[in-house]
Amino acid sequence: MPKRTDLKKILVVGSGSIVIGQGCEFDYSGTQGLKALREEGYETVLINSNPATIMTDPEIADRTYLEPLTPEFLDMVLAAEKPQAILPTLGGQTALNLTVAAAERGILKKHGVEILGARLDTIRKAEDRQLFKSAMQKIGIDQPRSAIVSDESDLKRVARELGFPIIVRASFTLGGAGGGIAYHFEELRARVHTALEMSPVKKVQLDESIIGWKEYELEVMRDRADNFVVVCTIENVDPMGVHTGDSITVAPSQTLTDRQYQEMRDDAKRIVSEIGVETGGCNIQFAVNPRDGRRVVIEINPRVSRSSALASKATGFPIAKLAAKLAVGYTLDELPNDITKATPACFEPAIDYVVVKAPRFATEKFGELPLDTAMKSVGETMAIGRTFKEALQKALRGLESGKKGLEGAPGGDTETLLQRVATPSSTRLHHVKTALSLGIPVERVAEVSKIDPWFLSQMKEIADFERALASAPLDAETLREAKSLGFSDAQIARAKGLTEPAVRARRRRLGVRPSYKLVDTCAGEFPSRTPYFYSTYDAASDDLGAEKPAKKVMILGSGPNRIGQGIEFDYCCVQASQALREAGWRSVMVNCNPETVSTDYDASDRLYFEPLTLEDVLEIVDRERPDGVIVQFGGQTPLNLAVALEKAGVPILGTKPTDIDVAEDRRRFGAALKKLRILSPESGIASAPEAALKIARRIGYPVMVRPSYVLGGRAMEIVYDDAALADYFERARRASKHPSILIDRFLADAAELDVDAVCDGKDVWISGVMEHIEEAGVHSGDSACTLPPHSLAPSILETIREHTRRLALELRVKGLVNIQYAVKDGAVYVLEANPRASRTVPFVSKAAGLPVARIATWVMMGRPLKKLVPAAALKGAVPPYAATKEAVLPFIKFPGVDPRLGPEMKSTGEVMGLDADFPRSFAKSQQAAGLTLPTSGGVFISVRDEDKAEIMHVARALHQMGFTLVATRNTADFLSRHGLPAERVAKIGEGKPDVVDLLKQRNLSLVINTPSGKRSRADGYQIRRTALELDIPCITNIRSVNAAVHAISVLQGASMTVRSLQERYRSLPYPVKVGLKA
Amino acid sequence: MNDKAWLALEDGTVFAGRACGAAGETSGEAVFNTAMTGYQEVLTDPSYCGQLVAMTYPQIGNYGITAGDHESARPRLSGFVVRELCRRPSNHESVESVPDFLSKHGIVAIERLDTRALTLRLREKGALRGVISTLDGDAKRLVAKARATPSMSGRNLAEAVTCEKPYAWTDGVSPKADLHVVVMDFGVKYGILRCLAAIGARVTVVPASTSAADILRLKPDGILLSNGPGDPEPLTAAIETIKALIPERLPIFGICLGHQLLGLALGGRTFKLKFGHHGSNHPVKDLATGRIEITSQNHGFCVDLASLPKEVRTTHVNLNDGTSEGMEHATLPVFSVQHHPEASAGPHDSRYLFDRFRARMRERRESLAR
Repeated sequence: MPKRTDLKKILVVGSGSIVIGQGCEFDYSGTQGLKALREEGYETVLINSNPATIMTDPEIADRTYLEPLTPEFLDMVLAAEKPQAILPTLGGQTALNLTVAAAERGILKKHGVEILGARLDTIRKAEDRQLFKSAMQKIGIDQPRSAIVSDESDLKRVARELGFPIIVRASFTLGGAGGGIAYHFEELRARVHTALEMSPVKKVQLDESIIGWKEYELEVMRDRADNFVVVCTIENVDPMGVHTGDSITVAPSQTLTDRQYQEMRDDAKRIVSEIGVETGGCNIQFAVNPRDGRRVVIEINPRVSRSSALASKATGFPIAKLAAKLAVGYTLDELPNDITKATPACFEPAIDYVVVKAPRFATEKFGELPLDTAMKSVGETMAIGRTFKEALQKALRGLESGKKGLEGAPGGDTETLLQRVATPSSTRLHHVKTALSLGIPVERVAEVSKIDPWFLSQMKEIADFERALASAPLDAETLREAKSLGFSDAQIARAKGLTEPAVRARRRRLGVRPSYKLVDTCAGEFPSRTPYFYSTYDAASDDLGAEKPAKKVMILGSGPNRIGQGIEFDYCCVQASQALREAGWRSVMVNCNPETVSTDYDASDRLYFEPLTLEDVLEIVDRERPDGVIVQFGGQTPLNLAVALEKAGVPILGTKPTDIDVAEDRRRFGAALKKLRILSPESGIASAPEAALKIARRIGYPVMVRPSYVLGGRAMEIVYDDAALADYFERARRASKHPSILIDRFLADAAELDVDAVCDGKDVWISGVMEHIEEAGVHSGDSACTLPPHSLAPSILETIREHTRRLALELRVKGLVNIQYAVKDGAVYVLEANPRASRTVPFVSKAAGLPVARIATWVMMGRPLKKLVPAAALKGAVPPYAATKEAVLPFIKFPGVDPRLGPEMKSTGEVMGLDADFPRSFAKSQQAAGLTLPTSGGVFISVRDEDKAEIMHVARALHQMGFTLVATRNTADFLSRHGLPAERVAKIGEGKPDVVDLLKQRNLSLVINTPSGKRSRADGYQIRRTALELDIPCITNIRSVNAAVHAISVLQGASMTVRSLQERYRSLPYPVKVGLKA
Repeated sequence: MNDKAWLALEDGTVFAGRACGAAGETSGEAVFNTAMTGYQEVLTDPSYCGQLVAMTYPQIGNYGITAGDHESARPRLSGFVVRELCRRPSNHESVESVPDFLSKHGIVAIERLDTRALTLRLREKGALRGVISTLDGDAKRLVAKARATPSMSGRNLAEAVTCEKPYAWTDGVSPKADLHVVVMDFGVKYGILRCLAAIGARVTVVPASTSAADILRLKPDGILLSNGPGDPEPLTAAIETIKALIPERLPIFGICLGHQLLGLALGGRTFKLKFGHHGSNHPVKDLATGRIEITSQNHGFCVDLASLPKEVRTTHVNLNDGTSEGMEHATLPVFSVQHHPEASAGPHDSRYLFDRFRARMRERRESLAR
């Protein structure tokens, strides 16, 4: 069946901000999908609120709406564009939910829009537990057994049917209260008794426990003609009980016989057919009882997913691209296999390597948490090797979490160790390694951890070899063996008591070098030209063929996503690759993050799916011999390698690593500022507590403290007195052998600004000046910001622009630079300068309509800015509209964490609001971030004393807009004294109802709570946390309150409107078409 | 770790590795198989007689050997080549490890060599004769031995793997089974016999040399021409038998070598593929329905479509290279496929062909009853 000709215009729904559970994999799938639809001649429209995506670049879709993903905005976009169809299956759960909501409200029908990829009833059948259950029963597919009881009379029979352990869930209780696991009958009876008491509907659900079962995922595709293929099978190392996003997983499956696997495949085929996944990719999860092989289906996702991105990267099979083509009517046999070009896409990839995916956690931000069925990881890395052992060790060193491979973890006694082996956590595998190294048998470790003995045996081989290595001669044979087991030079060095460079030198002398093999979807059966490689120490022969001579630049990517280093950097790397190719140079990408666009095999001329460690990068450099390496786009990961690469003689493109160091080195940077007579907050650096106290007293409290060399404001704090400073230093000392902390004057209540600029050594193009909504002290990554600045005097902005120009030239920047400023009492201070890509580059690019990272790449290649940037923009022309970026925070996923902003970055992603003026763009940014600002109701106000004066204006405005003011006694009295009526409410613990009660009764629609300085008071925490959990907007700093009040007044007035990027850009005072002028 | 082994090919390539099966020396035609699961089925598939099978998936033996996944009583291939063979398998059905199984059955095997490099060589040069040795590391001698190995073309390998005398297959056969299928055994896989049992047939397996008269004397409702190793052309007696059976209007179902033999019996020609099809991911299109099935394949020879008389039509095509995958006679209940509808190992997409075979047998029964 060929493509449909009745469709002309198709709207694709993006996935919005990066959040835990929904990462940049949907930029990858959406970008692929949009390109595929355009290739077929369809007009494409995109709605997505996330500016840090390649898919929202204006040249990817015909019309790009950077608008909130809500039914209201979708309605407006549909009205404006009138597409015939909507494709929701490439934008994750967000897109699917939005489409279902729009369908249920009749919006799709109103506009006559057809859903492609999945029918509405298919989505419902897949998503609704009860509908799914009955669908599976209908076709006889086994599921975990469950029963609902409303008394204790029949428990014996139920227990017999389900088998122990049994999971007890009380129906309709908050946060799973009243639930638990029963291991025997007495426990069951007790738990059911309690649960029945707690359940308001007197119903308890009992589930058969499948915790510890083997877990599998099948990534499948189906077309309109009912053709079905399995693209990839994934087996989880962590068994059932840990969210698959938090599990270490392996492709293909390792421990199923062909018969067991084919039966699972048969089930999958029947399931997709019954659910009705008509066209596209879909993911099905199974659990298998390791004792008897009983197989149950867990769930199905009728859309592309994180796992399908992984499957695409693991096999080379472009699921999203094909899903888009199937959605418009093609069948699988009509589409070619992109990799071989000669064979059809209708086949099942055969791979001749092993793929391991490992999750990256934000333990440095939110602490170490036991893992369960709610996803907590913020990123992942994938590694390819010829064996599981090689791939596992590569994955673990690619995580950049401090481990250089499968290293042990410091343990306690055997009992503690086994406890850690039994408890799923971000470090469990390292404890497993310790246990195996200590000689605890595989069987015992398997019994405790429920990890399949096959994986453990493989890990034991690593542990055994490591022990033997200590006494083995470090000859070619030993080194080759070590490398083929995946050992890094660093691990070998540690085992032998040598340095890493010494091991590397010896290894190279002995000729033990990696070879590079091709990912080709067919295990070598057919020739393939797709340049997608991984390293292995398998053999001397490799698949790197000859290539046409051309200038060649290697781009180092940003590795696994983490808080502070996410999709923004991948965006820059992809743009760099585009820029190089446009200039006729060859781009070579190195990255190990399977979610990204940069690791799409057609994003560059060559892709190396490799860890970003010095060892791995040096080996690639040695094979590729690039004319230059770009390190300034991938965040801290490549920057950490810059100096060592330069030392090894690798040509670094753009700002020299030594110059980057000047900006990072406080003393030298201070000297530069002094020379330019630019102000900066008083500061000092201390490596002893006494010195720290002395500096702080000289500067005056409060001071901002942080360890030197940090990312994302890690461990940054504001301290208010000697005791807090001493405490901070003590903690820094525990974290590092040579603690060194930076102490800065904290500019309380200052306005903060971010400036992005590009410098070619002669000219400086200021691509964006952004004013933070929050005051200084909130990490810039967590702060909302707006472009152009909305509250600062032109003279101040001119000073900032002038400072930026002079500083960029003084720092000898070639490429990107980001400078942070604070403005207090009319004085402009430089907080820091970073000569590299910043998180705001994509936001600025979208706002300004100019591809900042691409321009910076051309500058690094030696082109002058004057020939790249429109003259008006170079002179400082700004957009005639407003763009606001808002951060999206993951607090809801981390119970117990105080949802307040501070100097340490905690957000996982961002959204953008674009509109005619600041209040409107701010309102949109809040809606896009999922924060619905109320237009009526009660506002609870609780502010620290310093904010009382400021809050008066706000309270008056809110009162005039019809809000009811609510406050505790002191604030209420204060407001009354100024003629504002305020309802009194009891403080927590001072009577009922208190403020938390009011929140729970939904009597409040907005909370304004600015935490008092020195210590976050316990009741403040409770208010913030309750508001978060009830999804009530809670604003924790005074500048944001002002912005919110402006936005609310806009929301109360005229309704919002939408406009595509392409249309907005027509109002810019300069042309947006930039490229390489010959 | 001094248990060295070598693999030498006729083109002069020598790979050094480690022994992981029986000690000794073996020779055959080197082929690669791209299946990621199902090595046990590959090891015991009689069609691999005379071949050194290299698995492209690097980690083999992970779930060991199970009691229920044999395709014949013992391994029939000449040698086994893997990147890494697992010594500590894990699966609730596992009864022994692959190295133990190979040693027990005297199969010479080699691991720890670059199987991808080997695969690419075979892809470029075509199937090559080779030798695996755990005894002799002398490259020159080994290459000479590889060159002295007889080619697959022109050899009657089915003789070596067919059953010695007729027997009844009982596993899975229902006591109520009323259809009777006679299987001409050229090296039949148990998987085919299990599938026949599953469609409600009583199964009699007869040696390849059984005459048409002896087969007809068994009063079959249908005849299955089994898979088997190597080149179909030298099996002249079997081709004559099939020629004699075709006009009997009995349903005949050919699989793999059986398909090729049927092609020859119908007057067609066969030819040798460069490196054959060995794996379980080959897309095949059923021309009648347009549906794609992902199939299990294992053949080095192929029926030349153009050579067939006009009353034989093509029913299935391989989408990777356009080669013939299935045919049927326009007027007689005779059909065959090149791939393996029984799968084992591989996807079960083509099992409907056994239902088609049953339908043909039922139709014949009914027409006889009228």
